[in-house]
Amino acid sequence: MLEFVNFYFIPGLVLGCIYALGAIGVTLTFGILRFANFAHGEVMMVGAFLTWTFMDFMTGAGLALHPLVAAIPAVVIAIGVSVFVDRYFYRPFRKSSPIIVVIASFGMMLVLRSLVQVIWGPNQITFVKGIAKPNGAIREATSDMGMMILVPDKHLLIMVGTIVIMLAFNYILTSTRMGKAMRAVSDNPDLARTSGINVESVIRNIWVIGGFCAVAAGVFLAMDTQFIESTMGFRILLPIFAAAILGGIGRPFGAVAGGLIIGLAEELVAYPWIGDAPLISPGYKSGIAFMIMVVMLIVRPSGLFRGKVF
Amino acid sequence: MDQMLGYFLYAMSLLTMGGIYAILALGLNAQWGFAGLFNAGIAGFAALGAYTYALLTTADSPFHYGGLGLPLVIGEMVAMVVSGMVAAVIGAICIRLRADYLAIATIGIAEIIKLVIKNETDITNGPRGINKIPRTWEHLTEERFYSSWPMSMFNTPEGWVSFFDSLPAWWWQPFFAATVLVIMFIFYFLLERARLSPWGRMMAAIRDNEVSARAAGKDVTGRRIEAFILGAVIMGMGGALLAQHLRLIEPTNTFDPAKMTFLVWVMLIAGGSGNNRGAILGGFLVWVLWSGSELMIKGSIDVIASIFSDWDPAILQTRAGFLRMLLIGLLLQLVLQKYPGGILPEKRPAVSGRNAKRAGNRE
Repeated sequence: MLEFVNFYFIPGLVLGCIYALGAIGVTLTFGILRFANFAHGEVMMVGAFLTWTFMDFMTGAGLALHPLVAAIPAVVIAIGVSVFVDRYFYRPFRKSSPIIVVIASFGMMLVLRSLVQVIWGPNQITFVKGIAKPNGAIREATSDMGMMILVPDKHLLIMVGTIVIMLAFNYILTSTRMGKAMRAVSDNPDLARTSGINVESVIRNIWVIGGFCAVAAGVFLAMDTQFIESTMGFRILLPIFAAAILGGIGRPFGAVAGGLIIGLAEELVAYPWIGDAPLISPGYKSGIAFMIMVVMLIVRPSGLFRGKVF
Repeated sequence: MDQMLGYFLYAMSLLTMGGIYAILALGLNAQWGFAGLFNAGIAGFAALGAYTYALLTTADSPFHYGGLGLPLVIGEMVAMVVSGMVAAVIGAICIRLRADYLAIATIGIAEIIKLVIKNETDITNGPRGINKIPRTWEHLTEERFYSSWPMSMFNTPEGWVSFFDSLPAWWWQPFFAATVLVIMFIFYFLLERARLSPWGRMMAAIRDNEVSARAAGKDVTGRRIEAFILGAVIMGMGGALLAQHLRLIEPTNTFDPAKMTFLVWVMLIAGGSGNNRGAILGGFLVWVLWSGSELMIKGSIDVIASIFSDWDPAILQTRAGFLRMLLIGLLLQLVLQKYPGGILPEKRPAVSGRNAKRAGNRE
């Protein structure tokens, strides 16, 4: 039981948080701009690389920055990149068929990745050194109760950070003018435009929020795996698409639920549910997200939370 | 003389690889150009074709399943069938939804195919890949072929050995390049027939206005699945030819989505989607650019490395490879925005030459 919680459930939850943050951006662009943004994973990756660069730079200046602090300037630059890409590579196609934008984003995926590979090289870079020790206080407290729960600090930070971002996001979406405008554009862009909403500024806000969540997810992922590489964005793309579809396109909280389900599923299938061997060989772990997505597309394309179906 | 031979063989390899890419681009044209179906998993279908062909035709090997040592043509046929069957399953699931879902699903299926190849090491030899894949024409020099029927009818094994020894080592290269080009022309001919047939015009109608095509009583989903399978079948053949050309295939580098899927997309968009000749032209043009820029990069790195002696040429080499990908990506954006029709835009309405004038098509 303890083994299950410590080595399967908690890592699954952490992975789920990362997927959830990534899926928010995908579901917003898919729901409001109406195209599947293939370059989203690369924004996450760019954010993680920028964060590492700031950390490295400050270490050179004799200051050891925590990744979450170094992520602040990285977020600003990554949002700038997102808005720039939208302005010069997606906006020209706003009036044409959305599938052309998918091609453009597919191209931008490769462009951003090769840009990172040109600047930082193709090799893995260590993000944080050392072995992550379990949090002492939680271990003490739970072992007194007879079950020793081992949570490294990085996992605690990821989970708490995700909850904070979710709450802030919830507030923005439900209580601010900007959030209401976003929901209006999501429901009906033409009606929103005629009622005086500035659609272009709403779109810019989508890139800001999506970019913020993407960088957060990228940095969390780098904190979890402790390394960064240029293919990390591509590897995470399929699970976050699956999470967005599972939760329902255009439903940010559906995307969060989808992300958690897929993160948990990926870790839990490796648990020896029957007998001693893992239920599904860990080598196929990354196929689980695809399986869930395909089943969802057959059974209920609108997702768990009645999202849009195009 | 040696230099001339070098140029000749380089041209042969350009033609071979360009032809294989043109076949893949033709397959994509059937899916995207004809039917507007977004396939982001070309690498996966090519890998299916390549691995099917390899497992069926290689000689018995302790490293992977089989090889069954079947005739090459059977390997190619089965490669096409397997690729088409996987496309049928994916198509049946996703095609009734909008193209974005198909794009996501195909990128997923490509990853799954790669995952299976990597993990099922008993069958595919996993990441180490399959070696010694027989290549058309060159395979004749292998003992298992010249010592068995039908080659044994004409000469004794010893006779064949001395015959092949009398040929230059590269004798099969022009023949192999020609074979690839002939297969490409067969696909071109068939696709052109399909495009001009009522089926092709129906495809264009469905692509351009799904609602009115449906209202006119066309089976939109059925036609789309047909086009998707057709394209995948052609891609399976492209994969089988790629396996022959490379002779060693492995899941990660051979079927890198950047080099397979994305490059084929650039070829089709630049050449002109919807136009079979455009697909072929784009295939050769982009491949020549891609392959030629490698030489140029090598040359310029030598120059840079001699000026800045403290820079490591090996690092420059890898970085320059990515710079090339970056430029190809920007080329795609440029074509999409400024020349959406490509070099050879699609001709509408799709009617054959004799009726073109009557239909008001300026040719």
